[in-house]
Amino acid sequence: MEGFLAAALVASIPLLIATIGEILTEKAGLLNLGVEGLMLLGAVMGFIAGYESGNPWAGLMGAFLAGCCGSLMFAILTISLRANQVVTGLTLTIFGAGFASFVGKDYIGLPVPALIRETFSPLALPVLSDIPLLGPVFFHQDVFIYGSYFLVIIICLYLYRTRFGLNLKAVGESAASADAAGVRISLYRYLHTVGGGGLCGLAGGYMSLVMMSVWVENVVAGRGWIAVALVIFAAWNPFKALGGAFLFGGLSILGFRMQSMGIHVSQYWIDMLPYAATILIIILSSRNNRKENQPPADLSVSYFREDR
Amino acid sequence: MEAVSAIEMRGISKAFGSIMANREVDLSVRWGEIHAILGENGAGKSTLVNMLSGIYRPDSGEIMIDGQVVEFASPASSIKNGIGMIHQHFKLVNVMTALENIMIGRRGGLLIRKKQWKQEIRDISDRYGLDIDPDKKVYNMSVGEKQTLEIIKVLHQGARILILDEPTAVLTPQEIRRLFQIVRNMKEQGCAIIIITHKLNEVMEISDRVTVLRQGQTVGTLTTADVQVGTLIERMVGKRLDLSIKRVDYPGERRPLLQVDGLTVRGQDQKIALEEINFDLYGGEILGIAGVAGSGQKEICETIAGLTRAEKGRIFFEGGNIIGKTPRDIIRLGIRMGFIPEDRLGMGLVGSMDIVHNIILKDYQNQPGIFLRRGPSQAKARTIVERLDIQTPGIHYPVKKLSGGNIQKVLLGREIDSDPKVLITAYPVRGLDIGASYKIYDLLNEQKYKGVGILFIGEDLDVLMSLCDRLMVFCAGRVAGTVDPREVSKEEIGWLMTGGKEQEPS
Repeated sequence: MEGFLAAALVASIPLLIATIGEILTEKAGLLNLGVEGLMLLGAVMGFIAGYESGNPWAGLMGAFLAGCCGSLMFAILTISLRANQVVTGLTLTIFGAGFASFVGKDYIGLPVPALIRETFSPLALPVLSDIPLLGPVFFHQDVFIYGSYFLVIIICLYLYRTRFGLNLKAVGESAASADAAGVRISLYRYLHTVGGGGLCGLAGGYMSLVMMSVWVENVVAGRGWIAVALVIFAAWNPFKALGGAFLFGGLSILGFRMQSMGIHVSQYWIDMLPYAATILIIILSSRNNRKENQPPADLSVSYFREDR
Repeated sequence: MEAVSAIEMRGISKAFGSIMANREVDLSVRWGEIHAILGENGAGKSTLVNMLSGIYRPDSGEIMIDGQVVEFASPASSIKNGIGMIHQHFKLVNVMTALENIMIGRRGGLLIRKKQWKQEIRDISDRYGLDIDPDKKVYNMSVGEKQTLEIIKVLHQGARILILDEPTAVLTPQEIRRLFQIVRNMKEQGCAIIIITHKLNEVMEISDRVTVLRQGQTVGTLTTADVQVGTLIERMVGKRLDLSIKRVDYPGERRPLLQVDGLTVRGQDQKIALEEINFDLYGGEILGIAGVAGSGQKEICETIAGLTRAEKGRIFFEGGNIIGKTPRDIIRLGIRMGFIPEDRLGMGLVGSMDIVHNIILKDYQNQPGIFLRRGPSQAKARTIVERLDIQTPGIHYPVKKLSGGNIQKVLLGREIDSDPKVLITAYPVRGLDIGASYKIYDLLNEQKYKGVGILFIGEDLDVLMSLCDRLMVFCAGRVAGTVDPREVSKEEIGWLMTGGKEQEPS
C-alpha cells in the first residue's frame, strides 16, 4: 500500500506542476490549451540539456525555459495580436508534439547521465519520514517533489495573500475593471502566461529526466490534457489541485499495480480510467454553482481598452 | 482672485473610424463645483470624459489638470492626477468583496493588510457620509450599493476630481436622493464633480454650471441658476420640444385580452417572487406597473412570455390558458415582450449581429424551408430604421456598436413590427434621452390606438402617471393596489410602493 501511494505521488507530480502552471495562466484570463505541447517541449529540451551537460539543474532549467518560450509565442499571439486562444492553444500542442519528435529523434533510447539519476533518487527526510504511512509516502521522495510542496505553498500565498495575487484575480475576472483601477493588464497577462508555461515545461522535464530517465517518444502521453481538466476540478485553487493530481496519479499507475498483484484486467480498460474520470469530474463540477468556483469571468476574452 | 480650474479641456477631438465622436470640444470645471454635461445619446458625453479617465486618447487638443498640461497614457496616470471615474457600467469584480475591489491596482506593501484598509475605508465613509459593508461580495449588492462602492473606491485612490457617467440611470428615487447628498458633501470638501446626464430636472437640481454637447460639439457652458429648462432643451436638441406626454383614447370597445388569475411564481433563488397576482389587461389600454426595483417586475414579464414557470395560477389569453405553453407558442399567439435590463443588451438582441439578423431571429421559424430569406427581413429592417429614426451606419452594422438609445429602438421596433396583440415592455426608455423617449411614448400610444394591450413597466413615476390608463403598484411580489393615475397623487403611489395596504381598484 505504501509503495503504491508513494508511486502514485511520483506520478502525480507532473500533473500537479502543469496544473498549477495552467491555473496561473487562467487566473490572468488566458485559456492556454497548449499544456500538452508545452510539457513536450519541456520534456525534450530538458532531456537534451540534461544529457548534454550532465547537470540535473541545467536539465530542469532547460525544461523551464522551453516552456517559457512556447508560452511566450502563445502570449504574443493571443495578448498582443488578440488571436483566438483556443485555436492558438491547440496549435501549440500540435507544434510541441512535432518539435519533440523531431528534435528528440537522435536521443531515443538514450538514458540520462548517472549524476542526474543520483540527484533525483529518493531521499528520506529525517524525523518526518518516520511518521507511519505518511512518512514513507510523502517524505521519502526525491528533491524535486520536496520542491513542489514548497511551490504549492508559495503559489497559494502569492494568489491569496499578496496584492499581486489580488490584481491578478481582477485581471482574469474583469480586465476592464482592473484596467480602470490602473493595473497593467498586458504585463500581468504576459508574466503569468509565460511563468505558467514555464511550469508546464518543468512538469514535462520531470517526466523525461526523472520518471522515465530515458528518452522515449510522446513521453507526456495526454497528461497535459488531464492537467487542463484538473484546473476545473480544482476550481482554480492550487491547494485543491494537490488532491486532484494525487488522485489522477494513482489512477494512471493502477494498471501496473494490478498486474503485479496478479489481477488481470484488460490494459485498455485501465488506460481509459484517467480519461473516464476526467469526464466524470467535468460533469460533477458543472453542477457546482457557487460563484467562487466558476472560471475567471474574462477567461479567453481578449482585452482592448478602446473597444466599445 | 481668479482661481485655477480643476479641468481645462481645449479643442479636444476624437474619432472612431469614420465617426467623429468629439469635434473641438472645450470644457472648463472649477474646484468646488458640480458641473453637469448635458447631451442626447451619442452627443459624445461619455467619449469626452473617457479621455479624462485615460480610457481613450484624444486625437488632438489639450487637457490641463489644476493648471498643468497632462497626457494620460492609461487609466493609471489619470488616477495619479487625482481623477476618479464612476463608469456607467460599473467596473467592479463580482466575485470579490467591497474591500478587495477597493484594493485592486493599489500600490504599497507586498501583502494584503485588511485591518488597515478597513479603517481607511471607514474614515472616508464617515467624512463623506457613505455607508458600505467591506466584506460584502459585489454580486450580492444592489445597484445603489455598487455605486457607493465605486465612489469610495475612487475617493480612496485620492480622487479630487470625480466624474459620474449617467449615475442615476439605474437608481431608484431614494437612491438618487442619497447620491446627490453625497455629491454635495464632496463639493463642500472642495472636490470638482462632473455629472453626465440627459435628465434635465437633475441638471437643474444638482449642478452649478452645465456644458451642453450636441453631435460631438460644445454648444455652450451656462450657469444653471440663470437658465430655464426650455433653453437647455433647445440647446441640447437644437429645436423646441413639447414635453407633455399625451394620453390617447382608444376608439374601440374595451374587452379584456389577458387575464391573470392567482399567479404565484418563484424566482431564481427559489423565494416567492410573485404571490397571488390578479389583473386584467384590456385591448387599447396601457396598464402601468410601478414598484421598487425587484418587486416582481421581471418575473411577471417572463412568466407571461413563457420563460419562467408558474408555481400556481392561470393566465388567459383570448379565453385560453397560456401557462405551460412554450415561448414560441406564446409569440405565435401575438404576445410580444421587450425587456430592457439594466445592462440593456442582456435580453432580446444578439449584440454582435446586425439589425437584419436580429429580426430574422424572431422570424425564421415562420419561414418555409431550411434556407433563410433575408429579403423580407432586410426590408423590415429598413422600415424600422426609418420609422424610428435609428442612427446607424447601416442595417448590416452590429447592434452592440450602436448607442444605447438606438439599441432599444431596434428591440422595440422589432416587437412592434410583428403586429402584436399584447405588448409587454419593461423599462423601454431606460437610459434614453428626451427625444428618443418621446419617440417611444408615441410608438406605444400608436399601438394602443390600434387596440393592442400594453403592459408598461416603468421607473419614472411622472411618466407612468401621464402615459398609463391604469397603474398597478407592485410591492414585494404582490399587487399593493391598482389606481387611476388621473385621480391619485405621486405620494399615494409612493406609499403603496413601500408597503401600503391593498386598495380597491378605482
